[in-house]
Amino acid sequence: MEPIDLELEEGELELPSDPMHLNMGPSHPAMHGTVRIVLELSGETIQKADVQIGYLHRGFEKMCERGTWAQVFPYVDRLNYVSPMLCNVGYSLAVEKLCGLAVPERCSWYRMILGELARMSDHLTCDGAMAMELGAFTPFLWFIKAREMIWDIMEEETGARLTHSFGRIGGMAKPPSPAFKELVRGTVPRIIAIVEEGEKMLLKNRIFVDRLENVGTISKEDAISLGWTGPCLRACGVPYDIRKLHPYMFYDQVDFDVPVGTKGDTLDRFLVRLQEIRQSARIIDQCLARMADDGPVNVDDPRFVLPEKHDVYTTIEATIQHFKLIMEGAKVPRGEVYSYTESGNGELGFYLVSDGTGTPYRVRIRPPSFAITAGLGKLITGRMISDVVPTFGSLNMIGGECDH
Amino acid sequence: MTTSQIMIAVIVPALVKILVMIGFVFNVGALLTWLDRRQGAMIQDRVGPNRAVFKLGKFELRAAGLLHTAADGLKFFFKEDFMPPKADKLLFSLAPMVVMIPVLAILAVIPFGDTVCPQSLWHVTKDGHMIFPAVTRLGVCGADPANNIFPIPMQIATLNVGILYVFALAGQGIVGAALAGYSSDNKFSLMGALRAASQMVSYEVVLGMSLIGAFMLYGTLRIDEMVRWQGENAWGVFVQPLTFFVFFAAAVAESKRIPFDLPEAESELVSGYFTEYSGMKFGMFYFAEYMEVATSSMLLVTIFLGGWNLPFLHRDGLTISFGTTTLVHQLLPHIWVTIFQVLTFFGKVLFLCWFQCFVRWSLPRFRYDQLMKLCWKVLLPISLANIFLTGIIFMAIDNAGADVAAGLKIAADVTQALVALTITYFVLRGIIGFIRPSKHTPWVVGSSANQAELAGGSKESPMQA
Repeated sequence: MEPIDLELEEGELELPSDPMHLNMGPSHPAMHGTVRIVLELSGETIQKADVQIGYLHRGFEKMCERGTWAQVFPYVDRLNYVSPMLCNVGYSLAVEKLCGLAVPERCSWYRMILGELARMSDHLTCDGAMAMELGAFTPFLWFIKAREMIWDIMEEETGARLTHSFGRIGGMAKPPSPAFKELVRGTVPRIIAIVEEGEKMLLKNRIFVDRLENVGTISKEDAISLGWTGPCLRACGVPYDIRKLHPYMFYDQVDFDVPVGTKGDTLDRFLVRLQEIRQSARIIDQCLARMADDGPVNVDDPRFVLPEKHDVYTTIEATIQHFKLIMEGAKVPRGEVYSYTESGNGELGFYLVSDGTGTPYRVRIRPPSFAITAGLGKLITGRMISDVVPTFGSLNMIGGECDH
Repeated sequence: MTTSQIMIAVIVPALVKILVMIGFVFNVGALLTWLDRRQGAMIQDRVGPNRAVFKLGKFELRAAGLLHTAADGLKFFFKEDFMPPKADKLLFSLAPMVVMIPVLAILAVIPFGDTVCPQSLWHVTKDGHMIFPAVTRLGVCGADPANNIFPIPMQIATLNVGILYVFALAGQGIVGAALAGYSSDNKFSLMGALRAASQMVSYEVVLGMSLIGAFMLYGTLRIDEMVRWQGENAWGVFVQPLTFFVFFAAAVAESKRIPFDLPEAESELVSGYFTEYSGMKFGMFYFAEYMEVATSSMLLVTIFLGGWNLPFLHRDGLTISFGTTTLVHQLLPHIWVTIFQVLTFFGKVLFLCWFQCFVRWSLPRFRYDQLMKLCWKVLLPISLANIFLTGIIFMAIDNAGADVAAGLKIAADVTQALVALTITYFVLRGIIGFIRPSKHTPWVVGSSANQAELAGGSKESPMQA
């Protein structure tokens, strides 16, 4: 009797099988910052991932061309809404570079302290949210508790918890409040304590480390060619930190280390962020020691800085100056400039073009998230669907700055 | 004997037992929906649910947020019962029920107390005094059909296949989840259902295998017999520690909670297999999950934590003895022992429920392949090795002679003493912690006015003036 010959090729399935298409996002619990990922799945494995951004697009650059230079500040608040102060400072520095202004020392220290606080809050949010998306809700809320403390300081200083709009051309909106130093000195150790507690909870947990280790790995070369910057690049082992390599303000005068990773996986990105929180605390400590208790915060230049309110109401010169600055805006000299700072996610660049009027001719931003998100598809292809969550979380994509 | 007398003697106690069990699980399920959130809040340094309020005129009742349970239930009833247009209508409606039924049916074989002898509960003497007699430590009281008195086992159904029935039913939990995911017409649901099915099938194997070592020691499949064995010897957690951990992991996996909540993995699959459910149908899934926590705790208590037993408290009363030396022997009335045992059982169950909530708020979740690896490459080999080891040790002890047996008896009694000390310690700690005023370091996190006040009062709100 002849054996039944099925004539099946090796590996051929009896039923036809197609990859399953799955839309993750734009409204999906893990897709913070409204991004959409179209996945082609074979079982749980991702065969193809198409990352689509732009669901939070609000025409930031175009909006900036409508008002005065100073009216851009509320918009930059909303670029990276977890660390708005860094965007404020970055934009102030860009405009001041174009105007050739040098702010008083006290202002620079003040900006550094506020900026580092914002960086801490950025990293706390990112690491916490990542843990939360893996199901560890408790460390997330601990980190959020620490972030609340930072926001309380911000509220005390600026009057707003999230969208501060606190930067000004040639200074800050207000000098530091009297209690500022004590508040920061008291709060930072508490934040570090919370970070250590949360770190213990997570890093001593085998499940958590296993979920992150060797997931979403990217090589140095790939990261650089994609234009990655910030913690994500440093996690690959490239010690590129603008604060160190191209210091602005007084970052060359403070002592801090640049934490780098080794493998470039999700765990490295997580750890780099945690270490940067500690480095920020070091920077804040030194800045507090060197910031003068009194002295001017704004440059003494009536072309850019609003006069005292008391003078506005009592003298005609100040009234006119106030009126001109508000209605026409500060006249920024004709020219163009590219200024870049280290924001929470990496290099935040502003390319400004001025035609000499009170309105920006062009405001182009170089958001760090945009370049980083470009690498997401590559990181998750071939991984499992569960790996999308920590990988995406560790990139800290912020829709506001990504969809500029 | 007439049928109505049988009714009274047999069916009424059965109905009462069913009421106790179902009532307990429903109430604990409801309580857990609150406890889980409240406990999470405590761990996370926040307040948690406390807003639900019952108002009658000026009378307000909040009960620490317990009313949220009732409010949630009410809300579920009044929500729109949405069904996706292309869903399989029959299966979609059937799934929540299929999830609920096995959870409740498992309760039938769980004993919550030792057999009660109705004739020994109390006697009334001729001069009208009531006396509460004690019973013997071993042996079951006989039936007295002439007076319609039968011993009442504190178990709804005394099945002789006990634990096998539990396994058979625990497996049915998959069906509901799979049906829900399949019928929802949603890819996330489908993936959740697939995960649920493969996870539960895998952990079912471990669940069964891990217990074989315990069966070998207890020498029975009847759950009440297992508990009695533990009362006379040592608790299961001491004689089968490996099994306890493996079984605990598998039981948490069966109830689909963190760290094994992959089927509903909120951040990946939105809500997994019950994404499309709303209203009371969702409520049934939600509720079934918490009842599953309660039933798995009951199983753990009966098989490993001595069921209704407290250390040294036996059927006849308090006997503190090590080996053959008896330190204290005090007869206690049967009725008091019974009440105490039932309370002990439910107390232990509540403790384990608390522990499961604690686990749920402490751990992140696994990835799918890690979950399978843990099951097939770690837990299953451990449980197989455990069977082998238990067999060898069992043989060795059986052939070792009287000296070893006596030594083991003392060791068993020492474990009992350890448990007694631990329980006392934690109860005392709990009482002290409850009484002692809590210390808060006053770093004000709140309004800027408070912060300013802390830093010397640089701001004054007009309201304060």
